Amino acid sequence: MRWLVPALVGMIAYATCAFGADDNVCLTAASLVHADFPLQHVAAAIRNKNLVIAVVGSTSSMLPGPGGTTKSAYPSKLEAALTSRLKGITVKVTSFAKPRLTAAEMEKDFGQILIDAKPALVIWQTGTVEAIRGTDIDEFRSTLDEGVETLHTGHADVVLMNMQYSPRTETMIAAAGYADAMRFVGLQREVPLFDRLAIMRQWYELGTFDLYAATKNTDMAERVHGCLGQLLADLVIDSAKLAEVGLSESKDIR
Amino acid sequence: MAPAATVERDLRLDLFRGIALWLIFLDHIPSNIVSWITIRNYGFSDATEIFVFISGYTAAFVYGRAMTERGFVVAGARVLKRAWQVYVAHIFLFVIYMAEIAYVAASFENPLYHEEMGIFDFLKQPDVTLVQALLLKFKPANMDILPLYIVLLAAMPPILWLLLRQATVALAASALLYALTWHFGWNFPAYPSGEWVFNPFAWQLLFVFGGWCALGGAERLAPFSRSPITMAIAIAYLVFAFLICMTWYVPRYAHFVPKFLSEWMYPIDKTNLDVLRFAHFLALAAITVRYVPRDWLWLKSPLLYPAILCGQHSLEIFCLGVFLSFAGHFVMIEVSSGVAMQIALSTAGIIIMIAAAGLISWYKGVEGRHPGPPSRPPGATLAGGEAA
Repeated sequence: MRWLVPALVGMIAYATCAFGADDNVCLTAASLVHADFPLQHVAAAIRNKNLVIAVVGSTSSMLPGPGGTTKSAYPSKLEAALTSRLKGITVKVTSFAKPRLTAAEMEKDFGQILIDAKPALVIWQTGTVEAIRGTDIDEFRSTLDEGVETLHTGHADVVLMNMQYSPRTETMIAAAGYADAMRFVGLQREVPLFDRLAIMRQWYELGTFDLYAATKNTDMAERVHGCLGQLLADLVIDSAKLAEVGLSESKDIR
Repeated sequence: MAPAATVERDLRLDLFRGIALWLIFLDHIPSNIVSWITIRNYGFSDATEIFVFISGYTAAFVYGRAMTERGFVVAGARVLKRAWQVYVAHIFLFVIYMAEIAYVAASFENPLYHEEMGIFDFLKQPDVTLVQALLLKFKPANMDILPLYIVLLAAMPPILWLLLRQATVALAASALLYALTWHFGWNFPAYPSGEWVFNPFAWQLLFVFGGWCALGGAERLAPFSRSPITMAIAIAYLVFAFLICMTWYVPRYAHFVPKFLSEWMYPIDKTNLDVLRFAHFLALAAITVRYVPRDWLWLKSPLLYPAILCGQHSLEIFCLGVFLSFAGHFVMIEVSSGVAMQIALSTAGIIIMIAAAGLISWYKGVEGRHPGPPSRPPGATLAGGEAA
């Protein structure tokens, strides 16, 4: 029985670390966040010390917590993460997420959002509603394409965010085709993709989060959103840096 | 019209169809580590192409002979009877799917997945859902192959008629329909929105091509498909597809794909059987036919016999595979979803598929021994009931 005591101590120590260092938990999927394309408008906004971000999405961008709070959903976490990492810069993240919105419905609101919020960046979360309804993938793709164009014309950068990984409903929701469409539009339009599907799958496979769990409690959901907000902040900052590098390189050439 | 050389059933068809059935089963278990061995991860095409091609091949082989021997009406009626069997099998699978989804809907709650719960909405209006399912317009995930197959079989009698008379004209007509489908965007409508996942207007090309090969096309192609130039092109294309696939799993390699190439290449459309997928299947087939001859010794080996057995009863084993993948997912939800469990479930599933195929063979053997009218011509016993 002598081994039991050190084993217990070890387990407690590990558990304490795991909870104490909650931030590090997110990093198990950090390799899946990769700045592929520069975000010019974000870089400019950071130079001007004022970064405004709009999140457009559906239910999975919200977290129906006790009392309907949205503070724990990833848009708020993103704002917190960016504020703490971008010292001296005002960061404002506004969420326009509404339940059951399709990409086409969101796209209709883009004009108004550009006028009202004047965001340097729009994070466009979509795909789940389409996958559930079985919307035509070609249609979905052209909606994405038009939406990104509208936002670019309105001087906003875009980050696309695909669906959540949901192991319980995986056999029932055929998400792959829609995720492919988003990846494709991202490549074509040179827009970074925040691959939430792959990130959450990684967390699930590594046991970072037990996404199979059935619970009414929002604890895990909040931690997942916290991690999503942090990784999203990484992607935004890295992509903005990419724009700065591009800028200085072109200056050097001149 | 079937040449004398093809009188004996080609065991390669059963072998590869059996393997395709296993791969489809493995791919249908979600988050299954074993599915990394399946071909869809290493190229553009996957087990669906193999299944549809071989189904076209065997159907033309079996019913083509019936049509030459007994005429259009009898053979046509047999094809339609087969289509009906597939339809019934599809509805049976749909019931299992409904049972699974209803169970998960009742037992699962998690605030994180509020949005994904939307998939259960159709349970609220069973009247509409059931009617749409009977009309083949409702499309549950992973259950798209059988509706495609039903349509292909239902349309088969006239296609077969033409294949037997003017094989090349039939193939050209099929290619024309494929091209027109791409041009005009034809597809079958689905419920509640969208279109069929496997577009029959496009996928018929592979099915008819299979039939064309069965009725003498393979012999005509042989000098071409065995030439070293074809082999070199096929190998080069498979390597190219493999490299492109790797960039999907390691996104930072995506930069190595030139922009003009990715613009031209993507999206690789599975719904409409993208030309890249079709070509990938052709390349695989050319190499397979080259290195696995009809009288390949291994075809008689007990090692490959289980796959051949499964391939000989493909409709039953396909349905069983879909059911087992649901059951496997269910066990993963309820018991454990670890890697050991994934491997155990995958192995157990394939063993059950083999055992069931053995049982079906045994049943057919027993029935065959009973005194009764020898309804099948000799030779067709190998294929007659298993043309799916």
